Amino acid sequence: MKAKTIKTILRLTASIIVVAFVLSFLTLLLKPKFMTGITEGAMIAEFYKEEMCHDVVFVGDCELYENISPITLWENYGISSYIRGSAQQLIWQSYYLMEDTLRYETPQVFVFNVLSMKYAEPQKETYNRMTIDGMRWSMSKVNSIKASMTEDEHFIDYVFPILRFHSRWSELTNEDLEYLFTKDKVAHNGYYMRVDTLPVTSIPEARPLADYALSTNCWDYLNKMLSLCRKNNIELVLVKAPSLFPIWYDEWEQQIEAYASKNNLKYYNLLEDSDIIGINWSTDTYDGGLHLNLSGATKNSIYLGKLLQEECGVSDHRGDPYYESIWSSKIDFYYASIEEQKIKYGITDSKDDE
Amino acid sequence: MDAIKDTLLNMLSDLHPDVDFESETNLIDNKILDSFDIVSLIADINDELDVAITADKIVPENFNSLEALTKLVFELSDED
Amino acid sequence: MLFTSYSFIGFLAIVILLYWLIPRKARWVFLLAASICFYYQSGKTNLLYILATVVTTYIFTNLIDRNNTKEKEYIKANKESLSKEERKAYKEKQKSKRQKLLVASILINIGMLAVVKYTNFTINNINSVMRFFGSGAHLSFIDIVVPMGISYYIFQTVGYSIDVYRGKSSATKNIFKFALFASFFPQLVQGPISRYDDLAPQLYESRKFDWKVTSFGLQRILWGFFKKLVVADRLLTAVQTIISKNDVYSGIYVLIGMLFYAIELYCDFTGGIDITIGTAEALGINLKENFIRPYFSKTLKEFWNRWHITMGTWFTDYIFYPLSVSKFMLNLSRSSRQKLGDKIGKRVPVYTATIIVWFTTGIWHGSSWNFIVWGLGNCVVLLISQELEPFYKWFHSKTKVQGTRIWDAFRVCRTLLIVSTLRLLDCYRNVPLTFRMFASIFKNSGEITAKNWGALGLTNFDYGVIIVAVIIIFVVSLIQRSGSVREKIYKLPYWGKFCIWFGLFLIVLIFGQYGIGFSASQFIYNQF
Repeated sequence: MKAKTIKTILRLTASIIVVAFVLSFLTLLLKPKFMTGITEGAMIAEFYKEEMCHDVVFVGDCELYENISPITLWENYGISSYIRGSAQQLIWQSYYLMEDTLRYETPQVFVFNVLSMKYAEPQKETYNRMTIDGMRWSMSKVNSIKASMTEDEHFIDYVFPILRFHSRWSELTNEDLEYLFTKDKVAHNGYYMRVDTLPVTSIPEARPLADYALSTNCWDYLNKMLSLCRKNNIELVLVKAPSLFPIWYDEWEQQIEAYASKNNLKYYNLLEDSDIIGINWSTDTYDGGLHLNLSGATKNSIYLGKLLQEECGVSDHRGDPYYESIWSSKIDFYYASIEEQKIKYGITDSKDDE
Repeated sequence: MDAIKDTLLNMLSDLHPDVDFESETNLIDNKILDSFDIVSLIADINDELDVAITADKIVPENFNSLEALTKLVFELSDED
Repeated sequence: MLFTSYSFIGFLAIVILLYWLIPRKARWVFLLAASICFYYQSGKTNLLYILATVVTTYIFTNLIDRNNTKEKEYIKANKESLSKEERKAYKEKQKSKRQKLLVASILINIGMLAVVKYTNFTINNINSVMRFFGSGAHLSFIDIVVPMGISYYIFQTVGYSIDVYRGKSSATKNIFKFALFASFFPQLVQGPISRYDDLAPQLYESRKFDWKVTSFGLQRILWGFFKKLVVADRLLTAVQTIISKNDVYSGIYVLIGMLFYAIELYCDFTGGIDITIGTAEALGINLKENFIRPYFSKTLKEFWNRWHITMGTWFTDYIFYPLSVSKFMLNLSRSSRQKLGDKIGKRVPVYTATIIVWFTTGIWHGSSWNFIVWGLGNCVVLLISQELEPFYKWFHSKTKVQGTRIWDAFRVCRTLLIVSTLRLLDCYRNVPLTFRMFASIFKNSGEITAKNWGALGLTNFDYGVIIVAVIIIFVVSLIQRSGSVREKIYKLPYWGKFCIWFGLFLIVLIFGQYGIGFSASQFIYNQF
């Protein structure tokens, strides 16, 4: 080769490296970090740092990740579990998260929260991003993007997030520099903790709907979930979490019940059981009945854990040194967070005692 | 042909007394003559020399110099 | 397909790549297919209009051409037998035949343009007149969408048919080749209006690939994106707010609006043309420049020689000249000179033609009275400054300001002010409102408050970006006066070039106004 050709090739290679480096750096800088404020945006990505030994994996929206605490499940039953939850997670996103999970581990049980059966179409771009951006690249992610895009979205915005987040240049804060390369842990095996309280004062009245039939699109994905689970010898458990709002209509309940019994699935309506669980709507929610706080989630987990262990046969790993070593640090982090939040929300222990 | 040239030179000098039309060969490209000048020039030629220059003849090559313009007018008067 | 959409960028990448990969002979066919795809994207029915203009223009120009050949052959064959008079009479007869064909072709095409563009405007005016005379009857509007780019491609095909009539171009025998000339996709949306003899040969005979030429094209596209995305689109909402909420934004805000609009329009239009010319250049095709630093003009006349140039020369060549040197005008000139004296008589034809041209220019821009008044306003200023020439001569003989930098700067500012003032008609789209808003500048109504300034929707960061970008554009224009900026950058060492172009790319990527845009406020925690 002539010296000139070599020089050109070297230059070109160097240029490509510089371009790739600068663009990656800018992408990292401009992507929202979700380390403070809306930390839910960071939860999906956190899963990949886990030791992959979960017997139960939950997939679904905020009704899971705010209402169930895997730490409580461990402490009381020795259940090893993880919540792959995200804000307004739509059913196809849950399905593709199941697929994605199977690339890393095969749990004994998948638990899916049925609220998202009410959404037949893509909803909000921002929630799409919070659910999808954290996923590692795979065909599952590609399919999830394709199924989730709203009308003004483009696939390329997911491939190159800088196209989506470039305008954040004027909103950059220290947080963006601090978490450029590393992220803090924000959730407890996918559980979003809140210790504050905002009692239920009124429940919006259920407005009658024109059509109560859950859409075929959602049924298709539920069927896909079922066959995915069967193929991999996983038990699919359906739940409806104890949230008063959004309204869960009786008509929907009947359809889910019929589906569960037809396919021989376990379906736990924890909303109906909320009295047995012992939810006190004036102390166990932090936003007036939409989501449970720590106290509510603990009660809920104790109830659900029992069902999982007794009815689904999920093992108790307490005493197993492998699991104990994993969970002990999680527990430390959990109680540290509780203390931190108590200070943040100005809660004294005496008040907590009631 | 020289008579035509003299008449044209007079007309041009009337329009722009400060331009040396005998040596300038880029009247259009250098924007010395604008569209107003060209139109009044054509009207003058029509009036005084009785030669009609049609729109298709209005191209820079015909108006860039006194020489070219003289040639154009000469050819058109010859045609009749 | 908008120039600033992902799909256009993808389309562009594919077209440029494939264009240079396929055999040279097939390239024009490929360009035609690409152009059809591009235009199809903007609506299926749009294709019908462009097809109509292609077919009719093709037929009539070929008839004209055939007649021309026939005439030549006849005269050649009968060279001996024909007397000079007979020959002349025959020529006249054929010419009038050709003239009829040309008129028919123009009528069909301009007629089509007029119907889609001006029917509702005419109906509206008829209704106003009827209302004025107390008639209750009124015509209803027709439901028609003006096809994208129709004003441009019809002007291009009409110009071509006149060129064929004048013998400047010969009619193309291949209708597909002609279709490519009419529909060449980069210039379909907003011009420039090309001439057949200039553009067509480049379309049909592809060049050899030259990386320098293609990369220059890509650089120009990037520069266009910079102007459009970083500046024009950022200012757009502020301009629209000032215009639409004219009860709040009057007085000093009208001046601010004028300034913003001057910047926005410049960046939008010249940026779009940069993308157009850059695209063509990347395909090895040179289009005529449409802007030559127009805001550096010292007079309005100069401005119109440097702004939207291809439109201006089209009007001059195909309307102004034919009109002002027509037999009718020359006779008018002669008779008015006799009746009104040399001084005034001489002006009659030029003035008449000028007024007609500017009326047409106005209505070409849009079918409403504000554009007509805008066109005529330009005309008035041009004619007044023409008449003031002796005064300026006298003024300069008495003072020494001529040629000084200060004087030139003053003239540049004055021209920009005149242009911007006239453009208010384009902003408010309503003649009485425009005059009211213009008058409000002098009445000092409207005050800048934190609230109404903030409601323009621009943050301090945005103003910072706009100011820096305008400075960049200004400096580039200054450098450009001594020759191509890209050529100058080309001569720099490799890493210098790399930094400039990659830097510009990053600026567009980050500071461009595109995409859904991130706003933390969208993450308001509510029901999900």
